[in-house]
Amino acid sequence: MDVMPKWAEVVLVPLISLILAAILSALVILAIGEDPVAAVKLMVSGALGSTYGWGYTLYYATNFMFTGLAVAVAFHAGLFNIGGEGQAMLGGLGVALVCLFIPWPHWTLAVLGATVGAAAFGALWAAIPAYLQAKRGSHIVITTIMFNFIAAAVLNYMLVNILRPAGSMDPATARFPEAVHLPSLHEMLAPIGINFSKSAPANVSLVLAIIACFVVWLLIWRTSLGLEIRSYGKSGRAARYAGIGSVRITMIAMLISGGLAGMMAINNVMGEAERLVLNAVEGAGFIGIAVALMGRSHPFGVFLAAILFGFLYQGGAELALWTSIPRELIVVIQALVILFTGALDNMVRMPLERIFLAIRQSREAKATKAAE
Amino acid sequence: MTLMQKFLGASAALALSAGAAAADPALIFDLGGKFDKSFNEAAFNGAQRWAEETGGSFLEIELQSEAQREQALRRFAEAGANPVITTGFAFADPVNAVAGDYPDTKFVNIDGWMPEVPANVQLIGFQEHQGSYLVGMMAAMASETGTVGFIGGMDIPLIRHFGCGFAQGVKAVNPDATVIANMTGTTPSAWNDPVKGSELTKAQISQGADVIYAAAGGTGVGVLQTAADEGILSIGVDSNQNYLHSGKVLTSMLKRVDVAVYDSMTAGADIETGGFTILGLAEDGVGYALDEHNADLVSAEMKEAVDTARQQIIDGDLEVVAYYTDDSCPVLDF
Repeated sequence: MDVMPKWAEVVLVPLISLILAAILSALVILAIGEDPVAAVKLMVSGALGSTYGWGYTLYYATNFMFTGLAVAVAFHAGLFNIGGEGQAMLGGLGVALVCLFIPWPHWTLAVLGATVGAAAFGALWAAIPAYLQAKRGSHIVITTIMFNFIAAAVLNYMLVNILRPAGSMDPATARFPEAVHLPSLHEMLAPIGINFSKSAPANVSLVLAIIACFVVWLLIWRTSLGLEIRSYGKSGRAARYAGIGSVRITMIAMLISGGLAGMMAINNVMGEAERLVLNAVEGAGFIGIAVALMGRSHPFGVFLAAILFGFLYQGGAELALWTSIPRELIVVIQALVILFTGALDNMVRMPLERIFLAIRQSREAKATKAAE
Repeated sequence: MTLMQKFLGASAALALSAGAAAADPALIFDLGGKFDKSFNEAAFNGAQRWAEETGGSFLEIELQSEAQREQALRRFAEAGANPVITTGFAFADPVNAVAGDYPDTKFVNIDGWMPEVPANVQLIGFQEHQGSYLVGMMAAMASETGTVGFIGGMDIPLIRHFGCGFAQGVKAVNPDATVIANMTGTTPSAWNDPVKGSELTKAQISQGADVIYAAAGGTGVGVLQTAADEGILSIGVDSNQNYLHSGKVLTSMLKRVDVAVYDSMTAGADIETGGFTILGLAEDGVGYALDEHNADLVSAEMKEAVDTARQQIIDGDLEVVAYYTDDSCPVLDF
């Protein structure tokens, strides 16, 4: 029997972690002589106070949803995929090739093609570490992180030597054609009378990300494959005994994971930049780990955690724009949140469990007294 | 959108425009960060000099992510900043995309390239290969082993451009010289990885290099440090880095980003736009650094040879091949 009620597990633990992180961040801001209350106000109004802020928050959140889901699916199979960064980079390459070299008539078709391209390239990049893990026992943590560097080198080579337009100094592809432009939230919401900020990069990929959350939930909890993945993750030996092939599950889970990470490129490469730049992923693959940890590997949790991190990114950008808080400190604040929600989970959980245990014991004691 | 949100947004916008006096210039640093002791810092120094001399103030931001490029441009333009100055070639595309929406704002981009320059954008480019050629000559003259090194940040065209000019200068003095070229990495950390810079320096020293030219942003700090520790000479880049290890840094290839920023801010909203400004040796946009820290290292003979070459390049008697012309280098393979 669980010590804590479900609501405490899902709401209270992350909330207290967040508050602790906020207090520590406030102390840090105080220490450099800035006003923490003003900083928080600026972050909130900058990230959530206007459709412009929401547009950026949701744009970042879309990235984190994809990479968070990627890590979460692998987690369910007991695999720690920290190669989301490289898989998303390769996904970007897939999107760029699909958008540049196929003459799409309309974005609706292009987005389907790009999804296939992104997922295929991302999955391919995850397939090799998955195979090495399944067949050779090479630890997936080591191989996936090494593949991040190989992905960076591949991308660098492709952009500098092959895809760069002649004359350009920037190692990036040409702009994608107009036809593959994804509608931004501004363009999507204008027909129904909502005037969403024009400059914000959030786009139709947000819808894709939300669909992906739902599909992953279906897959993990409503299909037999999901059951197999979870069983394998909980206990590989027991799963094998039940006839679940470890090679098969490792490969399938990692392919799904890599595909999801790759699909992030629909948002940042096709939706935002509309060209592939060298530094397109910029850490979203790693943030995905924190998002999956904080979301307890549940798609809805991932969704919420992704929005939180989107808020931190956009709020942090506003701080950098309008205050003299150096950007390194903004990274410190983001890191504190990751530290408390991800790494120091037990620091909050264990005292809470003790409190709930004490409450229950006193209640039970009263109940027995009353019975006597 | 609720009424409340509209009010909040409007009041935020008001607060922003009130904060920035009319037509303050804005400076946006590329991802490497303001204090890289090199490219971005040169831009900052130029802005700082302008602020001190005129008593003016400027808006600035160090970027954290790619998506912020357009964001920062738009926010500063909307806040009334003019001109908006950006450092780094990666800004060319976002500036190109944004400029049309703010016809009254002037944008300046340093290092960028556009197929067509919008009417309110000015691009400033530097002839880095010419400056690198001169320090390459000095490296070849100072080298006793006949082997010199080049350490770049990332394997991108701009850095090949530096390396190619350097190698041409080396070969001009000593056609038999060996030039070892290494790049630091493929991720953005390549621009700020002094430890890797130090390792590469040691590797090049073991191959016989005794003068090493670093064109690697913050990574160069590690190159210069290790070169000084190991008793060989190094060459700094962009800013004058001679002072970092007095008497151990042969010279620095100056790229006067500070002058470009200073001039742009001085011109203010009246800055001429719609084209390219190319700053080379003739405009003192690039050059080599000579000060009290390296006076003992640069012989009169060396100085004479370099100054002669400089004049020849300015007069058009000597051509240094730019890597960009056909994306290849005659004397160095990457």
